[in-house]
Amino acid sequence: MYYKTRGYRIFSIFNTCFLIILAIMCIVPLVHVLAVSFSAKSAADANLVGLWPKQFSVEAYKKTIDNPVFLHSIWISVQRTVLGTALTLLITFLAAYPLSKENSTFKGRTIYSWLFVFTMVFNGGMIPFYIVIQKLGLMNSFWVLVLPGAVNTFLIILMLNFFRGVPKELEEAALIDGANHFRTLFSIYLPISLPSIATIALFSMVFHWNSWFDGLLYMNNSDKFPLATFLQTVIIQRDMSSMSINPKEMELISQTTVRAAQIFIGAAPILLVYPFLQKYFVKGMTLGSVKE
Amino acid sequence: MRTLRKNWQFHVMLIPAMILLILFSFIPMGGIVMAFQDYKPWQHISGSEWVGLDNFRYLFEREDSMQVIWNTLIIAVLKMIFNLLVPFIFAIMLNEVRKLAVQRTIQTLVYLPHFLSWVILGGILLDLLSTDGFVNQILGSFGVQPIFFLGDNNWFRFTVILTDVWKEFGYNTIVFLAALAGINPSLYEAAEIDGANRWKQTRFVTMPSLIPMVVVVGTLALGNVLNAGFDQIFNLYNPLVYQKGDIIDTFVYRTAIQNGEMGFGTAIGLFKSAISMVLILFSYQMAKKWAGYRIF
Repeated sequence: MYYKTRGYRIFSIFNTCFLIILAIMCIVPLVHVLAVSFSAKSAADANLVGLWPKQFSVEAYKKTIDNPVFLHSIWISVQRTVLGTALTLLITFLAAYPLSKENSTFKGRTIYSWLFVFTMVFNGGMIPFYIVIQKLGLMNSFWVLVLPGAVNTFLIILMLNFFRGVPKELEEAALIDGANHFRTLFSIYLPISLPSIATIALFSMVFHWNSWFDGLLYMNNSDKFPLATFLQTVIIQRDMSSMSINPKEMELISQTTVRAAQIFIGAAPILLVYPFLQKYFVKGMTLGSVKE
Repeated sequence: MRTLRKNWQFHVMLIPAMILLILFSFIPMGGIVMAFQDYKPWQHISGSEWVGLDNFRYLFEREDSMQVIWNTLIIAVLKMIFNLLVPFIFAIMLNEVRKLAVQRTIQTLVYLPHFLSWVILGGILLDLLSTDGFVNQILGSFGVQPIFFLGDNNWFRFTVILTDVWKEFGYNTIVFLAALAGINPSLYEAAEIDGANRWKQTRFVTMPSLIPMVVVVGTLALGNVLNAGFDQIFNLYNPLVYQKGDIIDTFVYRTAIQNGEMGFGTAIGLFKSAISMVLILFSYQMAKKWAGYRIF
């Protein structure tokens, strides 16, 4: 057996060590940020913090939480994530069902599929889209964060591939018993599609929580920024106007630690849901890939 | 009419999706006419002056826009290559880890960065990669002079590609791991009986089994050759590195939204969409032909 040979065992040890180091490198930056966020100003500003807090302090978190604009942006992000995910799920679920039918059962299917695929491969680009948003009166409106992303052809394809795998007999039995297609969809398909729904919910939640550009583009006022957009302006653009900190205070607290705390709070929800949903997205990824 | 009566429920189910698709996909496609206008916001599309192909001529005459197209191609192609190669090698190496618990833990850690946004990672990287940041401190302890990763034209592309591979390689590995799990174990048994050692088994069983997946992922990535990663570049770049780091999408944002050259911005956008569409359709055809892949 190959794995009993000495050469292979030496390889195996090196291989495993290498991969473990690689895996650690994927989270080291986050650990560093966490350490900085819990360190005192002096240590952080002098770049003394490695992977463990120096002179432990929660001052940065206190300052972050004290900022009403920051808290409000979290609230907007939560609303956006919940509503946006619910809407995406509903639309994906409704659209995938008819599209999963055979061409012979549903005559219009080909036309609809083409329309969906066409939007996947061609779009008007950033500027015409921006003008349409303006003309629809969606500038500065909460709905601009939720509506445009609600139809996602990729997720619809994922869902319809799952529907294709459902035994035809289930549907036929329901239809013979007098259920219409809506009833069949919600009472037969819904309960058995929960794993797929979880996958789509995860993708959609991550999308909404992470989206920042639409907020930047369509909101004129930082009061309406979702968290990701708020973070983009204070962390990347280093725009302090929305921080509501007076210059005197700025000398007392460290921008570095406050930034680190904000980054960590921004990443926290994803870090929290991620381990639980991992098995679903792995399944979802491979579900939509190769069919032979 | 009979089929409509029978299938009306299907059409109803598609109404919400179609309304949103018309509003946010098809109507903006109509806005493409702006690419042929000298668009002035106060005159709208109907009142703006038609200029024919002037915007496109301008696109190819301007030095900065040609540089931007070139940057986009270089960054996107290099990302494509490394995002295919690294996951491929990583999947094969990970497959050699026999302890399932170790394998799972490694997987969980490497998938994670994919789910964090470029705002979060950009914030982290701006600090880590600054001249006095964590990375330069470590390099400094080996006697390396501080490197201005994000502010030096010679380093910027390298940094962008490396950080993108770092973020995505774990996630991109998933499809290869799935393909590995699908390999028939009897192939390995047969190879072993023929006296193949592990390297030979990898070389002659594992790698050939993964080739269809490499072909699919590679050809499908072709459609993205003009997407060099707006989110990443936008959050990492600064005026110091526009020369080597500015890509089509960031350029459109700066010229059209910030400088108000709407017609010109739309023209670049159309140029990008049209080429992308051709490439996507071509790559799907190829993926279908070579690996039996189809989306619907």
